[in-house]
Amino acid sequence: MSDKTIFAYSALFDSPDDIIHAAEEVKKQGFEKYDVNTPYPVHGMDDAMKLSPSKLGYVALFFGLSGMLAAIILTYFTSVVDYPQVIGGKPFYAFPGYVPVMFELTVLSAAVLTVATMLLIFFKLPNNRHPLHDTNYMKAVSSDKYGLYIEIEDEKYDEAVIKSLFERFNAKVIEPIYYDDTEVEHKNRIFEPKFIIGLVLIAVITSGTTYFTLNKLMFMIPFSWMMDQDKIVPQESYELFADGFGMRNPVEGTIARGQLPYEYYQKPEEAAVALINPLFPTAENFALGKKKYDIYCSPCHGYHGEGDSRMRGQFPNPPSLHSEKVRDWTDGRIYHVITEGQNVMPSYSTQLSREEKWATVLYIRALQRSLNAKESDLE
Amino acid sequence: MSAIDYTQELSVVEGKPPLREIDELIIQPLDTKPDKNFFIALSITGSMLLLGALMLAWSFYKGTGVWGNNNPVAWGFPIVNFVFWVGIGHAGTLISAILFLFRQKWRTGIARFAEGMTIFAVMTAGVFPIIHTGRPWLAGYLLPYPNQHDLWVNFHSPLVWDVFAVSTYFTVSFVFWYVGLIPDFGTLRDRTASKIKKVIYSVFSLGWRHSNRHWQHYEMVYLVLAGFATPLVLSVHTIVSFDFAVSILPGWHTTIFPPYFVAGAVFSGFAMVQNVLIIIRKIFHFEHIITLDTLERMNKIILLTGMMVGYAYAMEFFIAWYSGVQPEQFAFLNRAFGPYMWAYWIMVSCNVIFPQFFWIKKIRRKISVMFIIAVLVNVGMWFERFVITVTSLSRDYLPSSWAYYKPTLVDGGILIGSFGLFFTLLILFTKSLPVISISEVKAVVDGAQPSHGEH
Repeated sequence: MSDKTIFAYSALFDSPDDIIHAAEEVKKQGFEKYDVNTPYPVHGMDDAMKLSPSKLGYVALFFGLSGMLAAIILTYFTSVVDYPQVIGGKPFYAFPGYVPVMFELTVLSAAVLTVATMLLIFFKLPNNRHPLHDTNYMKAVSSDKYGLYIEIEDEKYDEAVIKSLFERFNAKVIEPIYYDDTEVEHKNRIFEPKFIIGLVLIAVITSGTTYFTLNKLMFMIPFSWMMDQDKIVPQESYELFADGFGMRNPVEGTIARGQLPYEYYQKPEEAAVALINPLFPTAENFALGKKKYDIYCSPCHGYHGEGDSRMRGQFPNPPSLHSEKVRDWTDGRIYHVITEGQNVMPSYSTQLSREEKWATVLYIRALQRSLNAKESDLE
Repeated sequence: MSAIDYTQELSVVEGKPPLREIDELIIQPLDTKPDKNFFIALSITGSMLLLGALMLAWSFYKGTGVWGNNNPVAWGFPIVNFVFWVGIGHAGTLISAILFLFRQKWRTGIARFAEGMTIFAVMTAGVFPIIHTGRPWLAGYLLPYPNQHDLWVNFHSPLVWDVFAVSTYFTVSFVFWYVGLIPDFGTLRDRTASKIKKVIYSVFSLGWRHSNRHWQHYEMVYLVLAGFATPLVLSVHTIVSFDFAVSILPGWHTTIFPPYFVAGAVFSGFAMVQNVLIIIRKIFHFEHIITLDTLERMNKIILLTGMMVGYAYAMEFFIAWYSGVQPEQFAFLNRAFGPYMWAYWIMVSCNVIFPQFFWIKKIRRKISVMFIIAVLVNVGMWFERFVITVTSLSRDYLPSSWAYYKPTLVDGGILIGSFGLFFTLLILFTKSLPVISISEVKAVVDGAQPSHGEH
């Protein structure tokens, strides 16, 4: 076993008092590369080893402030820059409401990153290849003994001096610690087929699961995005009703609001006589009529009723509304055409309510009057 | 274990057990095969969990219409259970962080376990806000992330604060817990004879070496974490209370809510920790580490927080009268004498009256009695959340929309399932990790610290 490389010389002590005195003495003699291992933090050891106070407090401060800054940027960016919205009549950047989020992110960042810094940077963990592992020394100090070791790399390393020093302070076990040969010669084996196959498997499983989740699972019941619902949509059959239709007719003898049936179906002449415009020629009614005329009538009849279609020949041009025939029609006759359609003109009943139709008639009358004004209009 | 003389009561840890025996005692549950009682307990909690899972699957398949939630009472059991379980978690952080800052050494025996309970309770609580919309797979929208819709969360909303508070709370509690576990993993690694366990413990111990150069930073980080966890634990239930207090509903819109909720959370949390610890110390023979003194101190905290909660109940009534706001006055009279008066008086008797028995020292130190009182406290605290949530919603400003909320069997199944989840995790915890912090307990045994006599 003499071919083993020595790492350090160690001693185990039985009481916390002994270890403190031993550590003080080791420090006093000028050793630098030594450490004390105890199953729990022994009070006063930091002074004995003359360690400077931990700087982790500053690390925590730094990460805490960074977390807060991140929260300020997040809330400011989302609510002022990217998508400003007035919520509850408050300014875009309503600070008090963001305080809870800032606080939580401060704490989150400080706690998690400080711990990560301690473990990864201060301690250089994880490290399961340290020579101390799996030694009797380690097994003792992790349970009930207090240990101290001086590394061979220390400038003042001298086996005899160290041994006598340990003995002076009641060390119960004094022994050298060797490097573990298998660990020293250990090489990373990342190019081994096993490892690469493992990586590929992980990649395939991850991407496959992701694909399945996003493209398949999210469209299955009940994960579907409310696309499947237990309701009857128009045109669907439904067994519960005797006729098998999902859609229902209104109860007999009832009329829905605004759905008064048109009595003069295919009776233009009777409509012309019986129907009278109920609207007064007020500015509001003309405005409503103009609006509806411009939307529904003007594409074919033109803005001024002259039959100058904007359809560019894709639909036959209608005759002018200024013809004598139309001018002589009663309001009811025009209303009938709007309601029922005529020749290629379809019915506009679904687009226009009764009031809107009458308002449109009023507006057509005004258009006609504009080209065929009476003498009295000049006054 | 019986070889040790436990008759002396000197310090936090009774007697002066050799350090190696502490190892053996705490690690014993991990090294021995689980016995019959373990499996009986696990099968009971497992069936409860299964029942909850089935009820949840049914809810998702059919929709949340299978719950009792109705039109004015849109927040039924899910929110009640959420607040209840988050509250249970608070005791753990209080014990591990606030009592640490106050240098209360008696916390060492119970801290690890209470922290574990915090984590499991917050996990259980987290289930409810996610399920209560009926579509938990869309919960990702709660987080502010850049997306195609250019849609961000509303940072003014208390529900978004909740997301931040609860997830931060869980993460920080978990980190705190894990940091405490690292040295114990080191001890476990060096003790175990099994190869598989050795690999697992080595991975989780990160190669911890019990080095004093590490202990120094470790203690600093523990202090920093405790310092951060203290305002955090106060903030979490404050923010949970904002869910209610920021609205304008009579009975919710009160400024007393944050302190009142925090006190209530500590109250119920301590009751739950006390209950579970009584069982644990019995089963695993931890009587000299989790001592009767510790339990008595916990009972004193239950008594204190119970009176704080009782004060809040009284103050709510006083302010309702003093403010002269009629809907407010109605809301509180309705709580005490309206259709939910049964729930209100269960709450008052369990939370305010029964804990008063803890004034008597004999009762504080009588295990069977304190166990029953703590169970009643938890019943009372669950009803407190029920009363707050349901009474205000069921009778708001508009009498025409009043309705009586009746939970369904599915609601009950999910509540039972939440207890199943919590206790299943807890039972598995007792057999897989040291439930008492080995390194911390060693540090408070008599004679563990140097005498500093000869300087």
